[in-house]
Parts: sequence; structure tokens; C-alpha cells
Amino acid sequence: MKEIINAQELQTQLKRLAVQLIAKHPNLTDVVIIGIQQGGVVMADELVIALQDLCPSQTIHYGQLDITFYRDDIRREIHAPDAMNIPFGIENKIVVLIDDVLFTGRTIKAALDVLLDYGRPDKVELCVLIDRKEHRQFPIQADYVGLMVQTNKQEKVKLVKQEDGSKHVILING
Amino acid sequence: MQLSTKHLLGIKYITQADISLILSTAKQFKEVLQRPIKKVPSLRDVTIVNLFYENSTRTRISFELAEKRLSADTINFTMSGSSAAKGETLLDTVNNILSMKVDMVVMRHSASGAPHFLAKHIPAAIINAGDGINEHPTQALLDAFSIIEKLGTLEGKKIVLVGDIMHSRVALSNIYLLKKMGAEVMVAGPPTLIPKYIKEAMDVRVEYNLKKALEWCDVANVLRIQLERQNQVLFSSLREYNLAYGVSRKLLDSLNKEIIIMHPGPINRGVEIDSDVADGNQSIILQQVENGVAVRMAALYLLSGKS
Repeated sequence: MKEIINAQELQTQLKRLAVQLIAKHPNLTDVVIIGIQQGGVVMADELVIALQDLCPSQTIHYGQLDITFYRDDIRREIHAPDAMNIPFGIENKIVVLIDDVLFTGRTIKAALDVLLDYGRPDKVELCVLIDRKEHRQFPIQADYVGLMVQTNKQEKVKLVKQEDGSKHVILING
Repeated sequence: MQLSTKHLLGIKYITQADISLILSTAKQFKEVLQRPIKKVPSLRDVTIVNLFYENSTRTRISFELAEKRLSADTINFTMSGSSAAKGETLLDTVNNILSMKVDMVVMRHSASGAPHFLAKHIPAAIINAGDGINEHPTQALLDAFSIIEKLGTLEGKKIVLVGDIMHSRVALSNIYLLKKMGAEVMVAGPPTLIPKYIKEAMDVRVEYNLKKALEWCDVANVLRIQLERQNQVLFSSLREYNLAYGVSRKLLDSLNKEIIIMHPGPINRGVEIDSDVADGNQSIILQQVENGVAVRMAALYLLSGKS
């Protein structure tokens, strides 16, 4: 196990992503932030705080999305679902999907399928902390990227909560 | 997390962890049912046959809706109008259906143990939708889901099953489930409708006085008098049954607390439960029906990987 981003660097990366997001969308009225279970929600929880710090007067719409029922490998292994909570309409909104790691692109493809069952957003953007670009299996790329990382396919990269509550990104050898 | 079993034949054969997994999955499916598009693609490669050898409204519609919400292909079989009426055996009928590439079987039968028999002979995953006077596992699961929705937990809660315990598969499945989840269980009704050694066999309380039973409980699950399964006289008349064991408004008002009233349906209004109780604000009978779809989606989803 190797630490790729420590707790302190994580805060810096999140702030940077928040700044990029605000630069593109100074007005957050029509923007909704949606974290993908589970790593994306861990990241989005923090990102929403960073966004709120940058623009304290604006209301941030934040929801969580779970792709379990939409997985394309569902028949290989049945997974227990995580909570889904999108307490607002996404019709004609700009949805910013948040995930910790962009790897094959299959999670994002499934997340888009889920979103479209909720409504027809005006635009969907993708914000990720880690991009493992060379392993993409679908033509999907992120609009906001924290860090590009060179990895082997069998390795696992994820954002995890530590015992003291702080978060960091680790690489596990496959 | 996976279920420990390939089939859902009865609550008797599944673990506490299985029950918790089905209930937590059902919670997510309930969310799906609130969406504008109440459908997920999870089972779009799965074909399910609903084999109903016995009459049913709620359970059959609930299963069919659950299957459709999961994007499964479904076929329906009912006893009337089928070749079973010509004398075809259960196993022959099912093998013929399975040869048409069917992955899962949902089955109701008037013979206790029919789905267990089938499970020994066919490769498909089987869900028991009620077998004779044995079990009705998805009903117990949706009852549990509905109680947890109201009370937060089953642990330590006092549940009384009222009425025809003897002929009720809902009662047996409920007893297994509630005991596994740490609830306290009582059965109440006339002595002729309560199995003689149930106290010893199932470790439940037995009460022949309805008022005392209701005073003890947090939840009363009122069961239907199953006239079609009774082949001898077990009480003198429906009117007399209602007077002694019917849950009435007056009886509920005489208690010093508010209890939750449940009923698995179909209701015999004015027999085991009076209309103003069934339709009153303590009743969660229609929530039970609503939750049934989510719970059955969870069972189908979790078992779909096993075939």
C-alpha cells in the first residue's frame, strides 16, 4: 500500500478543483453537485465545504448517486446498494459529477444512465481527484482533474477515510 | 455482501445477516419507486415465471410489478386455463417452462413444501410466494420492513400475531423472522386456532385474551380467518369470533397506549378487524402493500446472481 495523496495535499487539491469550478460557474444557482458512491461521496463532502468557503452567500445543491443497480457487470457479482439521495430536480441544470478516481470509465457511464432516469440535465460535467487515463475503456474524460497518475491495471487506487477522520488517497498493489 | 442461500424458500433457512441485507436493499429500492422513472435495468437479462397454483391478488401483482421495475421479462402461469388442469405434474410443467430459458421461479402453491420439492429438482432460483400453511417469506420481510420504518428497529419490540395462527403461513414466517431479529413475539387467538405446542416449539408467548395481548404489544399483526383451509368447526360463528377476537375501535380506545395495526390482506372486514380500525390512523395496512414491491425487488435482485 502506498500513499499517493496525503491528507494535507488532498485539501490543496480540493481547493484547486473548487477554484476551477467557480471560475467556470461563478453563479451556482443552476449547478448541482452529485457525488458517486462511495469514494465520490467522500470527496464531494469535502469539495462542497471548499466551494462553500469560496462563496459563502450561495446555496449549493448537493446530492449522492449510487450506480449499483445500473452496473454492467451485475451478473458477475451482486453488490449491496448504497444510499441514493437527489432531493432536487436536475431538469435543465448543469450537473457536476464527482468521483474520486476515473479509471475504465464504466462507473461514469453507469452514473450517466442513472442521471438520465432522473431527468434531462442541460449539461453534465465530470470532476475527479485522480485520473488513470491509460486504462480507459470508454470514450469518457473529466472536465476537472486533480492529479494524473500512472498505474498498472491490476492496482487499485482509492480515497479513504483514516481512523482519525482525515482522508487520503492510497494505491494498493493488485 | 451476498445472500447465504440460492433460493428464498422460507425465513427458516435464512440468516439474520440475509434478512438485514434484504431489508437494507429494499430501502434503496423504495427510493427507486419514488423517482420519475420507477425502473432500473438490473434484471434486464433475466426471465422470471410467476407460477400461481393458488389464488392471489396482492402477492401476484406485487411480484409482477417488482419484476417489471427491475426490467426483467416475466411470464405468468395460473392454474386455471393451464395444462395442469389436464393432469400434468408440477415438475413436468416447470421443466417445460424452464426449457424455454427461464432463470427464476416465483411460486405459490396450496401444498406445503411444494417449492422445496421443486428446489431439489430444478436449477433455477426459486422464491416461495406462499406454500400451503407453511411459509410466506416475502410477506414476513415486508411486515418487518414496515415495522422498522415506523419504529426504527425490531430489536426488543413486542409484536403480537392475532387470529388464525394454525392455518397461517404469514404467522409462521413472521415468527421465524421476528425471533431472528430480536423481537418479542406473542400469538393471540382462540385456543382452537393456536397450535397446541407452539409455545415450546417456537419459543413465543401465548395469550387467549385479546385485550391483554393488545395491552402488551407495540404492534398487532391481525391475520385473516382462513375459512378455505379449515375442514372442521373451530369456532361457532364469524359473528362470535368478531365479538371475542375482532379488533375494534372501542377495544383500541380502551388501551392506555397507541399501537400499530397491521394486516397482510385480504381483509375480512367485520370479522378479524373492523373497518374503522383497518382504515384508521393507527393502521399501516396500505404502507405494507406499498413496501411489498420494494421488498420483493430486493429479494429478486439479490437472488438473481445465483442462477
